[in-house]
Amino acid sequence: MDAAIRSEPTNMAGTTTVDRPTDRELVITRIVNGPARIVFAAWTKPELLERWWAPKSFPIKLLSCEMDVRVGGRYRLVFGYEGSTMDFFGRYVEVTPNSRLVWTNDEGGEEATVTTVTFEETGGKTLVVVHDLYPSKEALDDAIESGSTTGMPEALGQLDELVVTLGESAA
Amino acid sequence: MVQYAISRLDASFAALSDGTRRGVLEQLGRADASITDLAQTFHMTLTGMRKHVGVLERAELVTTEKVGRVRTCRLGPRRFDDEAAWIEEYRQLWDSRFDELDKVVDELNWKEHVDGRSN
Repeated sequence: MDAAIRSEPTNMAGTTTVDRPTDRELVITRIVNGPARIVFAAWTKPELLERWWAPKSFPIKLLSCEMDVRVGGRYRLVFGYEGSTMDFFGRYVEVTPNSRLVWTNDEGGEEATVTTVTFEETGGKTLVVVHDLYPSKEALDDAIESGSTTGMPEALGQLDELVVTLGESAA
Repeated sequence: MVQYAISRLDASFAALSDGTRRGVLEQLGRADASITDLAQTFHMTLTGMRKHVGVLERAELVTTEKVGRVRTCRLGPRRFDDEAAWIEEYRQLWDSRFDELDKVVDELNWKEHVDGRSN
């Protein structure tokens, strides 16, 4: 094996895990190959966030992104899907530079899901943990039963179908 | 945490690997039934059926409740297949999202490196 390739720091990075540790919680983890201050910037500067939050491989486009990243500041993300739009919005509850972000997801109504993101740097890499705390077991069960992982009805459920359709129309 | 999710999946697949147990789930999808009913339907001893139901119970696909001398079986509250599928879909969303984030971080790392050298 080539020495340059072997020295590539790829051992732990690149694996995404999702778990439901309790009835009300979802936890997503991933190690990102960069220092916490850079990863944190990518989560808190709208011009950077809008480059990755809606992955190109998904049929959802991020149309606009406003973020006032400070305690009490608001954010609003507007997504487009098949000609309709949907807003995701809330308020930042905690902002600790390069280490911790907490925001509410207010689009769901009176009882908000709270998202906590922590950034933990080790040896130039950053462990990112995204923790969603739903207001109740029922709220998370409902989200799962609706079949939508993004709040977009059926958007992801139809992904495979769409990819096939797009593949066919491109051919 | 990941181990927990995987062991739950394993339990579910193991439970579903047996024809009788799949039949029991199908039966319970139509109506709740006692262990005795199920044993008769599947031409089995009570002990044999209790074992199958035990496996399904541990996988949270079935719950049982004893009322008097009768143990009634019904489908579990956890729609396991739906939940596992949803979590996997959610994982894929985040995986793609983080793949795009990696590109942004790589670019910022590179810029910082170049700027650092030119300063």
